[in-house]
Amino acid sequence: MSGAIFNRWFGRGWLAAGFAFLYLPIVALVLYSFNDSPIPNVWRGFTLKWYVALASDSEMLAGFWLSLKIAFFTACGSVVLGTLAAFALVKYKRFTGRTLFAGMVNAPLVMPEVVVGLSLLLMLVSVQRAIGFPERGMLTIWLGHLLLGVAYATVVVQARLHDLNPQLEEAAQDLGARPHQVFWLVTLPMIAQSLASAWLLTFTLSLDDVVLSAFLSGPGATTMPLVIFSRARLGLNPSVNAVATLIVFVVAIGVVAASYLIARAERRRQQEMAAAFRAPSPDPSSNAKEEPTP
Amino acid sequence: MNLPRRVSSLLHGRTAVIGAPYLWLLAFFLLPFLILVKYSVSEMEAVQPKDLVQFKDGLLQLTIKLSNYVFITQDDLYFKTYLASLKYAAATTFFCLLIGYPFAYFMARAKATIQPALLMLVMLPFWTSFLLRVYAWKGLLSADGWVADVVIGMGLDQMLAALGVISTPGNLMNTPFSLVLGMTYTYLPFMILPLYGNLSKMDLRLLEAALDLGATPWTAFWTVTVPLSKAGIIAGSMLVFIPCVGEFVIPELLGGPETLMTGRVMWDEFFSNNDWPLASTLAVVMILLIIVPLALFNKYQAEAQERRT
Amino acid sequence: MAASGADAFLRIEGLTKEFDGYKAVNNVSIDIAKGEIFALLGSSGCGKSTLLRMLAGFEEPTSGRIVLDGQDLAHVPPYKVPINMMFQSYALFPHLTVWDNIAFGLRREGMPAAGIEERVEAMLKLVQLTKFAKRKPHQLSGGQQQRVALARSLAKRPQLLLLDEPLGALDKKLREETQIELVNIIEQVGVTCVMVTHDQEEAMTMASRIAVMSEGRFLQVGAPADIYETPATRFVADFIGNVNLMDGTLDVDAEAHCEVSCADVRHYIGHGITGTRGMAVTVALRPEKIKLTREAPAQTAHNAVRGTIREMSYFGSFTVFQLVLASGAKLKVSQANTDRHPEDPLTWGDEAWARWDAWSQVVLTQ
Repeated sequence: MSGAIFNRWFGRGWLAAGFAFLYLPIVALVLYSFNDSPIPNVWRGFTLKWYVALASDSEMLAGFWLSLKIAFFTACGSVVLGTLAAFALVKYKRFTGRTLFAGMVNAPLVMPEVVVGLSLLLMLVSVQRAIGFPERGMLTIWLGHLLLGVAYATVVVQARLHDLNPQLEEAAQDLGARPHQVFWLVTLPMIAQSLASAWLLTFTLSLDDVVLSAFLSGPGATTMPLVIFSRARLGLNPSVNAVATLIVFVVAIGVVAASYLIARAERRRQQEMAAAFRAPSPDPSSNAKEEPTP
Repeated sequence: MNLPRRVSSLLHGRTAVIGAPYLWLLAFFLLPFLILVKYSVSEMEAVQPKDLVQFKDGLLQLTIKLSNYVFITQDDLYFKTYLASLKYAAATTFFCLLIGYPFAYFMARAKATIQPALLMLVMLPFWTSFLLRVYAWKGLLSADGWVADVVIGMGLDQMLAALGVISTPGNLMNTPFSLVLGMTYTYLPFMILPLYGNLSKMDLRLLEAALDLGATPWTAFWTVTVPLSKAGIIAGSMLVFIPCVGEFVIPELLGGPETLMTGRVMWDEFFSNNDWPLASTLAVVMILLIIVPLALFNKYQAEAQERRT
Repeated sequence: MAASGADAFLRIEGLTKEFDGYKAVNNVSIDIAKGEIFALLGSSGCGKSTLLRMLAGFEEPTSGRIVLDGQDLAHVPPYKVPINMMFQSYALFPHLTVWDNIAFGLRREGMPAAGIEERVEAMLKLVQLTKFAKRKPHQLSGGQQQRVALARSLAKRPQLLLLDEPLGALDKKLREETQIELVNIIEQVGVTCVMVTHDQEEAMTMASRIAVMSEGRFLQVGAPADIYETPATRFVADFIGNVNLMDGTLDVDAEAHCEVSCADVRHYIGHGITGTRGMAVTVALRPEKIKLTREAPAQTAHNAVRGTIREMSYFGSFTVFQLVLASGAKLKVSQANTDRHPEDPLTWGDEAWARWDAWSQVVLTQ
C-alpha cells in the first residue's frame, strides 16, 4: 500500500518542517546570545559578556521585577474571577443577560489589544479625573492584564467543569453538605488542576504582554516587555538575545516538567473518574449506545 | 413574592457567583467601550471631552460630533489602512490554514503515545515570549540573517519581488513578505490547537465507512474529514483573523511604510498626535469591521458549550 | 394492600412537577408503609426519575406534598432531609478513600470522631468491605463500588433510602446474586426504600409493591403478582412480561362467567365482569398459560385455537412459539422444556392446537 507509506512519510516530513519553522527563531535567538559581536548577525566568537551585562542592566532588571509582580497578581485575580465566571456559565443555564455575559467573557480572547487598551485607558482616565484615582501605573496595568486573563481562565475552568459529573455534587448534598461545603470539599479538589493550568497560562500572558501595558503604564512603571520592545524597535540588540535565552531556558524546563506532571496526573484522574462511576445502565426503550463497563 | 426559604437562599449564592464577574465585566469591558464611543463623537476641550449633553439657558443640547467619522471616510489613508489590515489578516489566516491544517491532521493521526509530546512541542513556543520570537525574525530576515541568506541564495527573492511582496530583491525586512511571515508564525499555534482538538476527536470509523463504500482515501479526506472539521476550521480562523486585524507589535517590528495597518495608525494618533477622539474613532471602526467575525466566533463558542451539555 | 392513612410512613399527595408546561410528574399520590420496598417501574421519560429526585430534594415540586413521618419535606433542600440516595452512577468521591466516602455524611452531621469510627466500621462490616477501607474507588471492582455506594447511603441511618436503577449494567449472574444481597441488607437494616427501575425483573424480584408509571402517572400499584396476573389496563398488561392481547366483543355477561368472541377464538372466562353486552374488550392471555399439542383438545369451541408454528425461540428452560392463526394474527406460546428428550417435538411449519383454561385470561376494558 504505497499510498499509506507515502502518507506516513509525507506526514512526518510536514511535521518536521513545521516544527523546524516553529523553533528556528528560538534557536537563532539562543545561538546569537553567545555571539561576540555588536552586530548580531555576524558571528565572531563565543562570549558570555551579554549575560554579564544583564546583571547590571538596571532598566531590564527593574522591568523584570515589575512584570513578575504584575503577572503574579494577574494570575491570582484571573483564576478567582475566571472560576466564578465559569461557574456562572456552566451551572446556571438561565439568567437575565446571559448572552451578553457570555459574549463579554469571550470577547477579550480575540479583540485586538489596541482596542481593549485604548478603551480601558479612556475609562481609567475618566475615573481618575472624577475621583483622583487610580494613577496610571502598576495598578492600571494589572487591571488590563486581568481583563485578558479572566477570559482565558474562564475558558480553561469552564472546560473542566463541563466534564465534571453533576452527580458527585448531588451526592455530596444528599449526604448533608451545604452548597458552600460542596464547593470546598468536592468541586474544588476535582477542578484543582485546571485552576493551576489557568494560573500558569494567565501568568505567562501577563508576563509577555506589550500593547495593554503600553497603553496603561505610567511613569516608572515600565514592564520588561516594554523595555524589550523599545530596544527591539531601534534594531537588533544582543542584550535582548541574552534575556530571550534565559526566558526560553526557564520556560522550556517549566513546560516540559509541567507537561509531564499534568500528563501523569491526567492519566490518574481519568482512571479515578472512570472507576468512581459506573457505565449508565442500558434502557431498552432508549437509543443510547451501551458503553463497556470499565 | 414570598419565595420559599430554600429558593431565596439559593439565590444568594447564585447572585454572588454570577454578580461578581458580571459586574467586573460591565465595569471594565462594557463601560470602557461605551466611553470609547463617546470619545469618538466628542468635541475636545483642552484635554477633556466636552459633555455630550448640556443644559444651558433652558436649552437641552445634544452634541454629537461626527466629523471624525467623516474625516476617516474622506481621507484616503485610513480607508487604505483598513483595507490593508483586512487584507493582511486574511492572508495570514490563509497561510495559517495552509500550513496548520496538514500539521494538525498529521498530529492527530500520529501514534497516540507521542501525541501529548507533540502537543507539548507545539505549545512550548507559545509559552515563550511572542515578542522575543518576533524579534528573532527581525534577525533572521535582516542582512546576513539565516533565512535572508537562504532565500537570497536560492534566488527566491527575485520571485518575491516579481510577486510584489518585497520592493527590492535582496531586502526582505520591512516588507509585506516579512509582515505576513511574522504574523503567520506567531498565530500558527492558534490555528493548530483548535484544529487538532477537533481532528483528534473525530471518529475514525466514519472514514472506515467511507472507504468501505468505495471512496479512495483522497476522496474520503475531502468528503468526510474536512466537512467534519469545519468547526475547528472556523474556530482557528476566527482566532487568527480577528486579532490580526488590529495587530500592532508585529507590523511595528517587521512591517514597513507600505504595510501600514490600523493598529499602528491608531497608536500613532494616540501617542504621537495625542488625538484621542480620532484614535477612538479608528478603534470604533475597527470593531465594526470585525463585528461579523466576532459574532460568528461567539456563536461558535456558545454552540460548543451547548454541545458539551 | 396499600398502607392505611394512619400508619403511612411516607405519604405523597398530589405531587406534580411541571417543566415549561410539560408535566413530568402528574398528580401522583401514594402511601408507603414503613419498611416497604417500593418500586417505580417505567420506561425512560415516564417521570420516575423526576419523582425520585423530588423525594431526594433535588427538584422542587410544582404542587403537592411529601410527608415523611409527619414532616412535610417537599421544599426542603437535599442536605436537610433524612433521606439518602444511592446514585445510578454511584458517584463515589474519587479523591477520597472508601472509609472517607462512607464517613462523609457523618462528618457533615458533626458526629464526634469516636461515633464516626464506630458507624463506619459497622457499615463496612455490613457490606463486607472491611479489608478495603483504605482503598480509593478506582482500585475497586464494579460490585465493590456498588457496595461502597450502598454503605455510604446507609451510614446516616436515613428514614428513607432511594435507589436509582440499582442493578443496571451487571450481567445476569451477578445481577441475581446482587439482588438477593441488596434486599437482605435493606431488610436487615429495616429501612424504608423507594427504588426506580426500567427493568421489570428487578422490580418484581426486589420490591414488595410496584407502581407502573407512564407519562407522569401511576397506571397501577400493587404487589408483583397482582400486577402480573391482574393487569388493570392494556398498557400494563403489555409492559410487564409477554402477553397476547386479543380484541373482541363481549357476547355473554353472566354472574359467574362471561364470553368474548374474538377474530379467531371464543373465550370462556370463569368469572363475571362489570360491562354491557356488545362492548369492545381486550382479552389478555399470558403465553405460559397456554398448552400446545398436536392433537386437538377435547372441545374446540372455547379457549382453543389451531395455528401454524411460524417462529420458535429456544431459551433452554423454555421455548417460545409463535403461532399464526386463521386470520393472520399471531399467538405467543411459552412451553417449559420439562422433557429432556421429547418424542416428536413441535417444530417450524407444524400445525398445532393451543388451549387454555377458563381462569387464565384477564378481560381488559381500558
